[in-house]
Amino acid sequence: MDFAIFNRLQQLSEQNLLDIAQAKREGRKVIGFYCLYSPIEIAVAAGAIPVSLCGTRNDPIEAAEKVLPRNLCPLIKSSYGYAATDTCPYFRFSDLVVGETTCDGKKKMFELLAEFRPIHTLQLPQTQESDGALSFWYHEIKKFKERVEKETGVMITDERLSDAIQLTNQERKAKRALMDMAKRKPSPISGIELLTIMFKIGFFMNKRSGIALMNEVVDEIQKRADQGESPFHQKTPRILLTGVPVGLGSEKVVRLIEKAGASVVCFENCSGYRSVFMIDEKKEPLRAIAEKYLATPCSVMSPNPGRIELLTELIKEFSVDGVVDLTWQACHTYNIESFNIEKFVINQFGLPFLHLETDYSESDTEQLRVRIEAFLEMVKE
Amino acid sequence: MRAAGIDIGSRTIKLVVVENGQMIHSAITDTTHDPLEQCRRLMDQVYFDKILATGYGRHFFETHFEAPTVTEIKAFARGAKALFPSCRTILDIGGQDTKAIALDDKGNVSKFEMNDRCAAGTGMFLEVIAKTLGYDLDEFGKEALKAEGNIQINSMCTVFAQSEVTSLLARRQKREDIARGIHMAILNRTLSLLKRVSTTPDIVFAGGVAKNSCLKSLLNDALGQDVKIPENPQIVGAFGAAMIAQELQNISNSKRKFA
Repeated sequence: MDFAIFNRLQQLSEQNLLDIAQAKREGRKVIGFYCLYSPIEIAVAAGAIPVSLCGTRNDPIEAAEKVLPRNLCPLIKSSYGYAATDTCPYFRFSDLVVGETTCDGKKKMFELLAEFRPIHTLQLPQTQESDGALSFWYHEIKKFKERVEKETGVMITDERLSDAIQLTNQERKAKRALMDMAKRKPSPISGIELLTIMFKIGFFMNKRSGIALMNEVVDEIQKRADQGESPFHQKTPRILLTGVPVGLGSEKVVRLIEKAGASVVCFENCSGYRSVFMIDEKKEPLRAIAEKYLATPCSVMSPNPGRIELLTELIKEFSVDGVVDLTWQACHTYNIESFNIEKFVINQFGLPFLHLETDYSESDTEQLRVRIEAFLEMVKE
Repeated sequence: MRAAGIDIGSRTIKLVVVENGQMIHSAITDTTHDPLEQCRRLMDQVYFDKILATGYGRHFFETHFEAPTVTEIKAFARGAKALFPSCRTILDIGGQDTKAIALDDKGNVSKFEMNDRCAAGTGMFLEVIAKTLGYDLDEFGKEALKAEGNIQINSMCTVFAQSEVTSLLARRQKREDIARGIHMAILNRTLSLLKRVSTTPDIVFAGGVAKNSCLKSLLNDALGQDVKIPENPQIVGAFGAAMIAQELQNISNSKRKFA
């Protein structure tokens, strides 16, 4: 990847923090988000600044363990630890933090997080299949809208919501186009590059500049691909990573896979492809938002057929040679769901499958390396 | 053409040299604090034309000697298949990890699992408990096999199991019955790993712990089949690595380089 683009990305990331600070001084409210179930459109429509909150690094976990149990998922511990140690600038900026009742660990952690910031917790249904679930969820989002109206003093009209949806849909389209570059064989972009770009842009307060930058990166990669440039070869194994979200600080598995000579071409997770489901712009905005967000195929849903549907599509479209399913330690829902994902991948596609359970620390790097290399030996056979 | 395989494990390093598919040399040494020097020592004892490394130390070997590498999984698969062409499942219990590997009918790995975060149920665990009971490793298995009773051991963590054994001894329990209980605990742990991967016959039991006669007998009873144990179960990985080296074209990192 062009060095200049990474340089720009870094500059814009730093500028972003200054911009948020400035906007806050001018009286704009900041709303912090953790999870893909929370509708950022509500914040955008109210003229507030939606920000992603930190939770992908190992550093604050030790501090979090003073309060939280050790045998809890690192994502929850990291999120809490950042807040407790006041080391996430976006958390510090937040006037309101949005939680949601996804897994047991997260929903109880949000109760503790209320010590540091006002929390609005969305009550998420555990299923997508009954009508009751959607109307319950619609009602929850409506309540959230009312809360944001109260915090910002802005009436969130349907028109404002529609504008917000158009903007976030554009962002999804740009992100999807970026991820789709890896459909080329060999992929002109590495999984680590892709992850870095998406992760950093994810913090941008200005959605439009994020979209513009992603479009620019796509053009750049397109050029590179047309000249036959790629960090990989025609025969480099193409790996799909499924399971828990990964970001900078928790990308060790992606790094190990690519160091062992493979290419991570697709992320079937909340930091990747699950984040680009479009919102229907023709429907009543609040209902369209409720439908789109509830359809997110996370393992907290029971049953969770959407993950299998998405995997079916992605394995084909990205010409995948093997599937790695990543579970954060002590994440029961992904850990258990892995059994069915493995059966599905092997029976439907006959592809090698590897389930990894790990945390954010580096303590098991060598053990992971053996598993990943042995898995890639299977892929190559 | 002589091809060598070196398996750099956590407790021991194994070197095997093959010529025309036949093993003509094998040696084992302790890994110690200086595995590189131990590798050199092993390699000085024998002539070979090329070498391939496996085991947890394969990457430092690769860096120092420009040797190709494969994982233990692949090396054990190749080695076990060469020794027992009917092999479909491999159980390897080494110094600090346990592996179960399923092979397809061509001998390729189709699934594997490893227990390597903790020494429970591995060679290390056996060593610690044998010592606590005052046995040497050889006696440990034999005495456990002869035991009439079986005292259930509840802890599988090396540290906790050791203190459990100590308190059983303080209560004047027979040490062979405790030994039997320890073997039963390892058996159960091993079976659950094996069942997640495969129990398709033939099962080849490799690694240092395969020398333990009690565990072999317990496995045979529990699985309803005779597990196959190589003559020297510790060198299966190194043998597999040598067999793979033999097939590799374009590598000639002859011994001269290592001097």
